Amino acid sequence: MEITAKAFKYGDDINTDYIISGKYKFKSTDMEAMAVHAMEELDPEYFNKVKPNGGFLVAGTNFGMGSSREQAPLVLIHSNTKAVLAMTFARIFYRNAINTGLPVVECDTDLIGDGDELVLDLTGGVLRNVTQGIDIAIKPLPPVMAQLLADGGLVEHFKKHGGFAL
Amino acid sequence: MRVTPELRPSSASFLREQRSVIPLPGKTIAEKIFSAHSGTDAHAGDIVVADVDFVMGQDGTSPLAIRALERMGVEKVFDPAKVALVMDHSSPSPIEGVSALHTIMREFGKKTGAKIYDVGCGVCHQLIPEAGHVVPGDLMVGCDSHTCTYGAVNVFSTGVGSTDGAAAMASGKLWFKVPDSMKVTYEGALQPGVFSKDLILYLAGQIGADGATYEAIEFHGAVIDELSVDARMTISNMAIEVGAKAGLMKADAKTLAWYAGRGERVPAPVDPDADAVYAKSLTFDATAIGPQIAKPHAVDNVSPIEEVVGTPIAQGYLGTCTNGRLEDLKIAADILRGKKVHADVRFIVAAASKQIFLDAMEAGYIRDLVEAGAIIVTPGCGPCVGTHNGVPSDGENVISTANRNFKGRMGNSNAFVYLGSPATVAASVIEGKITDPRKYFG
Ligand code: SF4
Repeated sequence: MEITAKAFKYGDDINTDYIISGKYKFKSTDMEAMAVHAMEELDPEYFNKVKPNGGFLVAGTNFGMGSSREQAPLVLIHSNTKAVLAMTFARIFYRNAINTGLPVVECDTDLIGDGDELVLDLTGGVLRNVTQGIDIAIKPLPPVMAQLLADGGLVEHFKKHGGFAL
Repeated sequence: MRVTPELRPSSASFLREQRSVIPLPGKTIAEKIFSAHSGTDAHAGDIVVADVDFVMGQDGTSPLAIRALERMGVEKVFDPAKVALVMDHSSPSPIEGVSALHTIMREFGKKTGAKIYDVGCGVCHQLIPEAGHVVPGDLMVGCDSHTCTYGAVNVFSTGVGSTDGAAAMASGKLWFKVPDSMKVTYEGALQPGVFSKDLILYLAGQIGADGATYEAIEFHGAVIDELSVDARMTISNMAIEVGAKAGLMKADAKTLAWYAGRGERVPAPVDPDADAVYAKSLTFDATAIGPQIAKPHAVDNVSPIEEVVGTPIAQGYLGTCTNGRLEDLKIAADILRGKKVHADVRFIVAAASKQIFLDAMEAGYIRDLVEAGAIIVTPGCGPCVGTHNGVPSDGENVISTANRNFKGRMGNSNAFVYLGSPATVAASVIEGKITDPRKYFG
């Protein structure tokens, strides 16, 4: 499956308080309502930029550091973020993203500029930077995670198999 | 700082190839706990499905876990005695939205028999070990990143998201990548006025917020041996702030004494093998470490206190899962006894649990603190995560004993949060500016 969208680029060490502030996570379980606050601490316009046509959130190292809040990948999904591309991810965020069905891709994001047009082919394992005319290597997901993502996340995996079948 | 050269990369597969040729080296605490809980010969890098001894959620994460269970079509938890939900983050509820979340949790407790710690019981990371739900040698997961706290009592405990938590509540199992371990040794001795908080802030400053990502840290050395269990928990609590999956310590006589009278479960301490292999080893001389401060807006933005002494503060906060324990309240009470909090400072205090609150009252610390001008709030997370109980105003500086100072963390992105030890916070609220606490320690 190919996903085509624009890159929205940010820096290193983006923590979960920036992705969705703790003060919102307690307000409700309505992710649609919360999604308007996605990334607001770093870029108040993030939701408005990404929502209409979708987008890739591109970052440096240690994306998603901080809390275990699953609201972080969920608000990104609900803001129409198609995938997060980063040099490296923090551990809990990485698991949460796969579990909730948000593709996360480790790759050399120095090869992506803000606003670049990207095509991500997860099954083929290729990321094409259309704007710059280059293919970027992406690190394959660990097999366990690839299986969970293919099943549509952990909930679907459990529904399908009645427990862990890894 | 001395750095031992890397002994091996994440090397399980390499070792497996060599297994027939050379004998395998020993195991770290993490490798042993994962072996015991997965029924396999687990080494760093292996993926295992392991049995968990306990699963915890708090009020920011449990409602999503409950919804995930519903979507899975699961009606009960694998063992009601091994699941607890804690209302601590925003408790008592400040708004209807939170009240609704608390109701979802209470109803889940009634339906499944899972243990509910309601408003006022305290912070999850104090309650779970305090109640004896986890004991040395256990493997547990919690839907909160600071679940790594119980590494201090030899529990492999780690934070997971709500969906992972739901899977663990449903099945009593979860998949894990067995982490490489980093060995951190503190040699020497702590100087008066310097505390375990300073040691972990120092580490964050040295290795950075991603210095131990995907790894378990094992803390060793004479300084750790000397620390109380309370003080050890402060260190393990902040392992996540350098990206670690766990912050493990050995269980010693102090740990076992701490467990006396805390429930029925029998501790099964796990020591690393003498020839265990670490991805990296760091040794620090604690004698040379003074009070440390993490400056806004990052936990690894650490300086020796000398560099920030004199920074004016409008609010002080003593509490949280990092530093809301009895020893922390005592340290602050000893400094504040007979003195006054500066007129321009609000000093907020939350004990980490109801039991600690009671013990601190019994010992007179609460009276000392209140007489000095402290404002006591409900045992729990207090203002740590910015939902209530003391949101700072625009432009204000806060000195806090918490573990995070990200922009907006305490509810206002235009405020500035500095992190330090309970002694540093106590000394600072007296003077209304960041103050080196060593002046109170001879
Ligand atoms: S005290 Fe703060 S860091 Fe600890 S669990 Fe509560 S909100 Fe999280």
